Formats: sequence, C-alpha cells, structure tokens
Amino acid sequence: MVRILLKRVREYRKYAFITPLFMVGEVAMEVLIPTLMALIIDNGVAYNDMPYIIRVSILLVIAAMLSLAFGMLGAWSASKASSGFASNIREDEYRKIMSFSFADVDKFSTPSLITRMTTDVQNVQQSFQMLIRICVRSPIMFIFAIIMVYHNGGSLSLVFAIAIPVVIVAIAILFTKTHAAFTNAFRGYDTFNRVVQENLNGIRTVKAYVREESELSRFDEASEVIRRNFTIGQKIMAFMGPVMMSVTYIVMIVLSYIGARLINIGHMETGELMSIYTYTGQILSSLVMTGMVIVMLAVSRASMQRIAEVLSTEPSMDTNEKGLTSVPDGSVRFSHVSFGYGKDSSVLSDIDFTIKSGDMVGILGTTGSGKTTLVSLIARLYDASSGSVEVGGHDVREYNLTALREQVSVVLQKNTLFSGTVESNLRWGNPDATMDDMKWAMDVSAVSTFINPDKEGLSGRVEQGGTNFSGGQRQRLCIARALLKRPRILIMDDSTSAVDTATDASIRRALREDVKGLTKIIISQRLSSVMDADLIIMMDNGRIADSGTHEELLARNEAYRDLYETQTRGGEDNA
Amino acid sequence: MPRMPRMTGGRTTAKDPVKTFKRVISIVFGEHKLKFAFIVFCIMVSAFSIVYSSAFLGEFIDDYVIPIIGVADPDWHPVMMALVRFALIVSVSVVFNYVLSRTMVTLSQNTLYDIRDKMFRKLESLPISYFDQNSHGMIMSRFSNDTDTLNQLISHSLVQLMQAIITLVMVFITMMLNSIPLTAVVIAFAVLTMAATRSISRRSQKQFGIQQATLGEVNGYIEEMMNGQRVIKVFCHENASIDEFCSINGTLRKSMTKANTLANIMGPVTMNLGNLQYVAVVIIGAIIVILSGGRAAGYTVGALAAFLQLSRSFSNNVNQISQQMNVVLLALAGAERIFELLDEKSEVDNGYVTLVNAAKDADGNLIESEKRTGMWAWRHPHQDGSPVTYTPLEGDIVMQNVDFGYVPDKIVLHDISLYAKPGQKIAFVGSTGAGKTTITNLLNRFYDIQDGKIRFDGININKIKKSDLRHSLGMILQDTNLFTGTIKENIKFGKLDATDDEVIAAAKLANAHDFIMMMPDGYDTMITNNGESLSQGQRQLLSIARAAIADPPVLVMDEATSSIDTHTEALVQSGMDKLMADRTVFVIAHRLSTVRNSDAIMVLDHGRIIERGTHEQLLALKGTYYRLYTGSLELE
Repeated sequence: MVRILLKRVREYRKYAFITPLFMVGEVAMEVLIPTLMALIIDNGVAYNDMPYIIRVSILLVIAAMLSLAFGMLGAWSASKASSGFASNIREDEYRKIMSFSFADVDKFSTPSLITRMTTDVQNVQQSFQMLIRICVRSPIMFIFAIIMVYHNGGSLSLVFAIAIPVVIVAIAILFTKTHAAFTNAFRGYDTFNRVVQENLNGIRTVKAYVREESELSRFDEASEVIRRNFTIGQKIMAFMGPVMMSVTYIVMIVLSYIGARLINIGHMETGELMSIYTYTGQILSSLVMTGMVIVMLAVSRASMQRIAEVLSTEPSMDTNEKGLTSVPDGSVRFSHVSFGYGKDSSVLSDIDFTIKSGDMVGILGTTGSGKTTLVSLIARLYDASSGSVEVGGHDVREYNLTALREQVSVVLQKNTLFSGTVESNLRWGNPDATMDDMKWAMDVSAVSTFINPDKEGLSGRVEQGGTNFSGGQRQRLCIARALLKRPRILIMDDSTSAVDTATDASIRRALREDVKGLTKIIISQRLSSVMDADLIIMMDNGRIADSGTHEELLARNEAYRDLYETQTRGGEDNA
Repeated sequence: MPRMPRMTGGRTTAKDPVKTFKRVISIVFGEHKLKFAFIVFCIMVSAFSIVYSSAFLGEFIDDYVIPIIGVADPDWHPVMMALVRFALIVSVSVVFNYVLSRTMVTLSQNTLYDIRDKMFRKLESLPISYFDQNSHGMIMSRFSNDTDTLNQLISHSLVQLMQAIITLVMVFITMMLNSIPLTAVVIAFAVLTMAATRSISRRSQKQFGIQQATLGEVNGYIEEMMNGQRVIKVFCHENASIDEFCSINGTLRKSMTKANTLANIMGPVTMNLGNLQYVAVVIIGAIIVILSGGRAAGYTVGALAAFLQLSRSFSNNVNQISQQMNVVLLALAGAERIFELLDEKSEVDNGYVTLVNAAKDADGNLIESEKRTGMWAWRHPHQDGSPVTYTPLEGDIVMQNVDFGYVPDKIVLHDISLYAKPGQKIAFVGSTGAGKTTITNLLNRFYDIQDGKIRFDGININKIKKSDLRHSLGMILQDTNLFTGTIKENIKFGKLDATDDEVIAAAKLANAHDFIMMMPDGYDTMITNNGESLSQGQRQLLSIARAAIADPPVLVMDEATSSIDTHTEALVQSGMDKLMADRTVFVIAHRLSTVRNSDAIMVLDHGRIIERGTHEQLLALKGTYYRLYTGSLELE
C-alpha cells in the first residue's frame, strides 16, 4: 500500500530526498550550537578571554545562519515535495477513475470517490510532509544530541539509557490507553454531524411534526458520547505533561549531582554541564515529537488505504483499443442476454430481440424491471454476463469502446449539465460542431423554444447541475447534446418525463422526420411517449413480458390495456 | 484523528475579538469563579517552577559546583541538600500541573457540551426563514469547524497563553533583577522576532487564503465531475476532463507549495533569531563580566549561565505567545460565528390557545379531559376575563385578504382569500414560483403573514400556540426527509407514543406495509442516509404513513415531482386517497391528474389567485387551467 503511494512522488523525488538532508544540516547546526555556547563559557568567559569569545561567537553566528539556511531550504523542498506528491496522487486518481467502468464506479460509490480524492489526499499530504521533515529531523536530533552528551559528558550519557526507555514506555502506554477513547469520540462526531445534517435537511419536517424536543435528545446523546470519550482520553493524556516533567527533572537532578562530582575531580567543565542540560531538552522533546508523528501517520493510514484501493483497481472493462471503429448501421440484436450487477444478482434474464436500423422502439416497465440496465448494455456501459449484444451486426465487444459510445448516444435518466455555458455543454456532444449543427440539434430537441440558437443564446450561463433551468429544459438540453454526436442509435432513458406532453410529442415527431436512419430507443413511464413506436417492449422482472406494436399489445395484453386505460382515462392530463 | 481544517468561507478574524474573548471567558468560567482562581493559581505555581528551575541551575553551578572545583574530598552534604530542595519544589509543580490539566479537561469538555447543546436548541427554535437565508454548509460548519477551533481554544490555547504570559512576566522580572543591560538586549531581540513572525505570518495567511480558494475550486471540480461521471463516459469526455483537471491541479500545487513553504519557514526563523540573541547576550555579558573583573557586581559565570537560560525561556515564551495568538484569533473568529448563531432570534410564540383532550359532559357541552379521548378541542382563554371557551377541533380554514412577502417590502402573495370547510379538498395549481408552497407554509406559521387573517376553526392562528397548531396540521412535503433509525421510528416520528399496532395500521393505510414486510428486518430495518436504500416511491409511502399516524384534521400535501413507476404511483395515489378521507386537505399539485376531484381548484400566477372553481368550471372557462390541462402550457 505504501509502495503504491510512494510511486506517485515521481518528479518530486529529488525534493523528497533532499529535504531530509537539509534537515540533517539544520539539526547538526542546532546540536553544535549548545557546544559552542559551552566553549564560550568554559574557555572564554571563565578565563576572561575576549578574543576567544569573539572567535567562537563568529562560529556560532555562522552556525545559526547555516541552520537558518538549511531550515528554510528544508521548508521549501518539503512543501515542494509534499504538494507535488499530493498533486500527482490527485492526478493519478483522477485518471484512474476516468478509466473506470460503470461497474467500478458502482463498487466505490460516487461520494466515496469524492472523499478519496479530496480529504484523503489532504491527510496523506500532511503526513508525507511530516514524514520527510519531522520524522527525519527528530530521530537525527535525538542521535546527534546523544552523541554530544557522550562527547561532553562521557559516562553521564548512561543516565539517558534509563530515561529514554521510561519515556518510550510511558508514551506507548498513554497512546494505547487513549486510542479507544479517541476512536469512540470520533465515531461520536460522525453521529453528531449526521444528526445536525438531517435536521438541517429536514427542518420543515421536524417543525411540522413539532419534534424539536426529541431531536434535541438525539443530538444530546451524540454530543454526550463526544464529551465522555474526550474527557476519558484527555484525562489520561493529562499524565503526559507531568510524566515528561518528572523525567526531565529527575534527569536534571541526577545529571547535576554526577556532573558536580565529575567537575570536582576535573573530568568536566561547568559549561559542558550547562550544554548537557540543553541536550536533555532536545533529546526528550524529539522523542515526544517522534511519538506524535507516528500517531499522525497511523491516523492517515486509513486515508492511504482508501487511495491505494482506487489506484490499484484495474478497470473491469477492456476498452478494446484495436477494435472496430465504425458502426455500419443502427440495428440492435440481443441474443439470450442475461446480466447481474454482482455475483448473486440477476437483473436481466434471457433477453432476446432484434431492432431494425432506423426504427423507433419504446420500452415500458415498472421500476426495477430492468429497462435501464437493458439499454445500458447497448452502449456497453456494462458487459452482459452471458449471451451477446450486437450493434450494427457486430458484438459490442468487437468495437473500440470510444467509437461505439460515439455512435450509440445515451441520454441518461440521471442526467447532468456542467457549469459553463450552453455552448460548452452542447459541445460535449461534438467539440467541432458548427453553428448549423447546433441549431439543428436545438431545433429537434425543442431547446430553441427557450434558448435562441445564436451566439448570444449559446453563451448563456449554466450553473452546476444546470439548476438555473427547469427540469424539462434540462432534459431537452441533454437530448440536444446527445444528438450533436450524430449517432447511429439514440437511447432516451425517461428523458422527457418533465417535458409537457405537447413538446414531448413535437420532439418525437422531429426525431422521426428530421433524423432519418437514426435508431431511437425510448424508455418512458408515459404510454403516450411510446404509443406510436414501431415496437414496444414490455419489461417485467428482468424479462421481456411481451412485445409488439401498440395495436397488437392493446389487443392481446391485459397489463398493457390496463396501463393504457389508467393513463388515458385519468391521465391524458398527465402533463 | 484530528480533523483537517476545512475552509468554509468564514472570515479568519473576529470583528470584535475583545468582546468575543470576554464572552468565551464568561462562558467557561462564569459559574466557576473558584475554579478560575484555582486554575490561575496552578498556572502561577507551574510558571514559578519554570523560572525557579532555570535560576536554580545557575545558582547550583555558582554556589555549589564552582567552590568545590579541585577541592579534594569536599563536603557533598550542601550539594545534596540543594538538589533535594529543588526536587521538592519541582514535584509540587508537577502535581499542580497534573491537577491543572485534569481540571481543564472536565471544565472544557463540559463547557463544549453545553455550547453544543445551546447551539442545537437554538437551531431547532429558529424560524424557517433562517434556513432559507443561510446555507446548510455554513450552518454545518458552525457545528463542526467552529466548535473544533473553540475546543482548541478552551482546552489548550487558553491555558498555554496564560502560562506563557505569566512565565514571561516572571522571567522578565527575574532578568531585570539580574541585569538591566542584558535584559535590554533580550527585549530588542524579542521585538525583532515579533516583527519577523508578523511579516511572515501576514504573507503566509495571504497565501493560505489563495490556497484555500484554489483547493475549493479543485474540490468543486472533482465533485461536479464525479457526480457527472456517467455522462462523461457516455460522451467519451474522459481525456478532455483529465486535461482540464491537470491544469487546475497544477495551479493548486503551486499555491500549496508557496503557502506551506511560508508556514514551514516560521520555525527556523524564530529559532535562529533565538540563537543570535544568545550570542549577543553572551558577548555583551562576557564583556561586562570581564570589565567588572570576575565576581564583581553580580556578574558571574553562573549568573551569566542562568541569565542565558532565562533569556531562552523568554524568547520561547514570546514565540509561544505569538503562535498561540494566531490560534486564539482564529478561534475567536469561530466563536464569534457561534455566538452569532446563539444570538439569532428564535421563533416567537405568543399563542395562548392550546389543544386539549376533550369530552362531552352530560349536557353535551365540551369539557376538558385528563385522558386521551380521541376528541380534541381548542382551549381559548380570553384576555378580557370572560370564561375559557372550548371549540372543537374540526379543520375549518379561512384565509382573508392575506398578503405575504419573505422580506417585508417584497410581497409575493397578494390578497389571497379562500376557505376550506372540514373535509374539503382544495388544490393549488400554477407554475413554479407562483406561490403554491408559500400559501401552505403560512397555515402552519412557518412564516407570518404581513396582512390579512388566517383562521383555524374560527380562531386567528396567531393566537394558537405554534406547537399545537402544527400538531393539528399534517404535512407531506415534496421531498421526504427520513431520519437515521428504524422504519418504525421513522413512522413514529408522527406520534412518538404510538404503539406497534398503530404503526402497522398507519403503514397499512399508506400501502407501505407490504414493502416494509419485504425488508430484511421488517419494521426494524435501519434507514440510513435519508433512506438511500429505498426507492423514491417507497419513501413517499413512509411519509404518508408518518402523516397517517399523526392523524391531523388538516393535511397539506406537496406532491412529489420526481417520476416514480406506475405501479408504485398507483400505490402512493391510493394511500393518499385513504389518508385524505375525512380531512381538510390542501394539495399542491404538480400533475393535474390528482386535482380533478377537488372541491375547489385555485390557479395561481405570480402570487395571485387568477382562477378558482371546480375542474368542470375551470375547463369551461378555457383559461390558464384549460391550457395547462390540455398540455399546451408546461407546469414546471
């Protein structure tokens, strides 16, 4: 998992490697400084040796300057490396997700993919920066400081042989003890956020049913979980300060005593003892820092895992780059096709039908009867589990996937417009479309009734999700976009449900008359939208219940007749 | 585990930090004055021990170590005693430190709990208009980000800041007592450090602003594209969108590098300014020591060593304060936003007419009953002192010349007058924005009218206690809001004390029973994320069941617009029909199929009723309704 991620450092590798070097430089200077200070006191001040003091002071200033330079370079290279790393991860994830098939996207779910590309990447970036800065800095600081203690104090360094394990054990115990409490507290946060979110979304429901009090108790329950667990965790963490203080003070007392003895027999200078006090601080604080970084890394582990999952998923659909690039005609043939989204699911079973090129076909059926799935197979949004789907006389898998989708245009049920202009949205269908092409598509889809097909109309703004247009207008824009591809087959999945009946009819008329040779497949809840089709397929529970023309079905199929009666009698007004 | 800070468009500095700070302090310590005194005392003890321990080291070297240099077989007793004294004093400070931390944990967590409780209580009490005017994301961030930073402030920064300030003062005094010239050097460096950190942090804040804006843009792009992913694939738009993404991602990388570099530089700069300060103190100190000839005038090696320790501690505390100040200012900005929420005006309820259980006495008069009788009455005390009257709850609604605007000077409903007798069905028809939903929101006083009168069973609704008014009005909203919990709990939302039998009866009436029984755990099936596992139609059925169990005499139904399949549609329709029986119903129709058998249809346009009558009357009129009905006018 870590390797998958680290591969993304790529061109920023040099910065990632150089950062620890800068850190080593900075730490070396930082550790050298107390020794220089000791020298000033022991050899300079003690002997009133002003020239010596000046000399060492110059060295000290140089050391400080170097430390500053290394520190700033490290700061720069670390941010360069971590920002670059994060940027590469985002890019790779984005590319990978773009290569996913519908099935892969279903597996992860869209909200989860968004988290994996936003919050998770930010977590990993923070950890990476910590890793190359602090994670190198602290241990090196620790080692250097120990060496200097040994150098200045010799056997005094043995004190740390006892103190360090004590600190490590104390940190480890505190972190393990608090882990459960903090995990629970953060889980509490999830509930907490959910309750607030639900109340924000459902405030009208809450108020309409006068449920403020019971919602408050639900909220307080979640809030209490947070309070309790944080209190438990932080009370344990409250030991941290005193423990570290105790260790520091004990070490100082022991050092002072032994130091005094060593100084007494002339094995040590007072300045050296002073410097060891400083190193004590450095050693213990670098231990604590390392501990904290390890905790941070552990926390971002989950994020790393989630990103690695995306990066290591191989797209489940072969795009068949070398496949056929041209669809000869708009005929469709299903032979004994079955399909399920998972191993145990069966959404379509034994579907068998033929559509002639240029025909208009309607598909009816209840929710969950498999209509959308059925048409998804034509544009190869999913691969059939068994049987074969043919378009233009060839199995869909024989085509280059891009070429197939260019020529089989799907107007999805849950359709989306993107922020930009009307033109930028329409150009999704064909980047090189001329003004005439656009005008044609806007006329056929009855977009030109609310947007003028000219420069000004096309430059109109589209908000994210197309929220500045009504549902019916959005649907018509989506149809125009799909038409601009000049496809062989146009699939409309409940794409005119919000369009009024008159406009709906006019679109179908235009499709029939102006776009000759185009195979049209229309899914609808509205019988009137498919009544005049060349073929109507009735889906029920993943099977074709019946198919035929309106007259045939009306004559022989009771379900169809029922539908016809309910929708025309009570519902020609179904506008 | 710490949640990453997210940018939520809030400002980063408080408008009035002093006032907000005072308010935070009064919330944390307001009722715990003793605790506050105790905490300050603890902080002073621990600050003292820090100063003492640095001073001790100098004293120790001067008075105990140097005198015995080279002395053969010296008396170790005084050295031991000095160390024991040190040990005793620091152990007191360790104990105080621990007590301080523990006290702060309880205090801060309890305070935060109280603040969260107050915030949510306030939230639930706010008028609907508040939710119209403020984005959910923004309100949400009051509860998450702003309480997080407030938590940071109360549980850490406050104590650290006090500690640093008290230590700073003590260190300063000690330094002054030791050497005024050296203290002047230290102060000069402190000023220099502060100037440096200020200039860096100003730049870094600016860069972070840019970074957050770009990050927002990238995240927005990701969100939009992930949601539109299917369209991308259908249109083979993958490469185009990758190119676009790479370009904004590159911009983000650059601004992140800049912002992080500046933030990372802060540490080395302050630390090395500290080192330079050390050099300056040493040199000037040494000069003074040498000039004064060794032990004269209190300038000794030990004293110098001690002073150096003090000067370090001084610059550390200056850094600590300037760092904490940033956190504090950020937190105060958050706290201010929380207080703004807490200071929002709650919905006012001056209603005094209440809904009570009623029974008939021997003479057939309505009397109040202690028990649940199934019969309800409005208890109406009169301000002029005449005896309390009881009016049966029937569901008679009258609107007289009602004007309404969301903001007072922009009227959206003009002169609306209508009535609905108990059991009648009134439908509203009109295009989006015509005011259909607005009218129904006036009935339950989600909004208050500007002019005119609305009467419920003959009583002005302004006199009715809001909770009782809403209890007697059922609402089926356009979008069904389900809450995390079981199906049963969601149905019981309409009547908390409902029995299981009542729940099942309501579900049956709503035609929801069958699909519920098909769920893995039946009525105990958990619903999450606003019922994501349910279909649109099933969610509507649940919302009908929820209204059914509440059993209100008046019902407002905002039809769902989303298309559901014909079978479920029929179920929903028949469920609604059963629910509507014997109730006064207001229907906001999005499809005309449901309005036909209404007692009256109101056609709305731009906030006015332009046509009214029965289906047949309106068709005969050949006006707007006729055109809608024949499909030549688009409804939505």
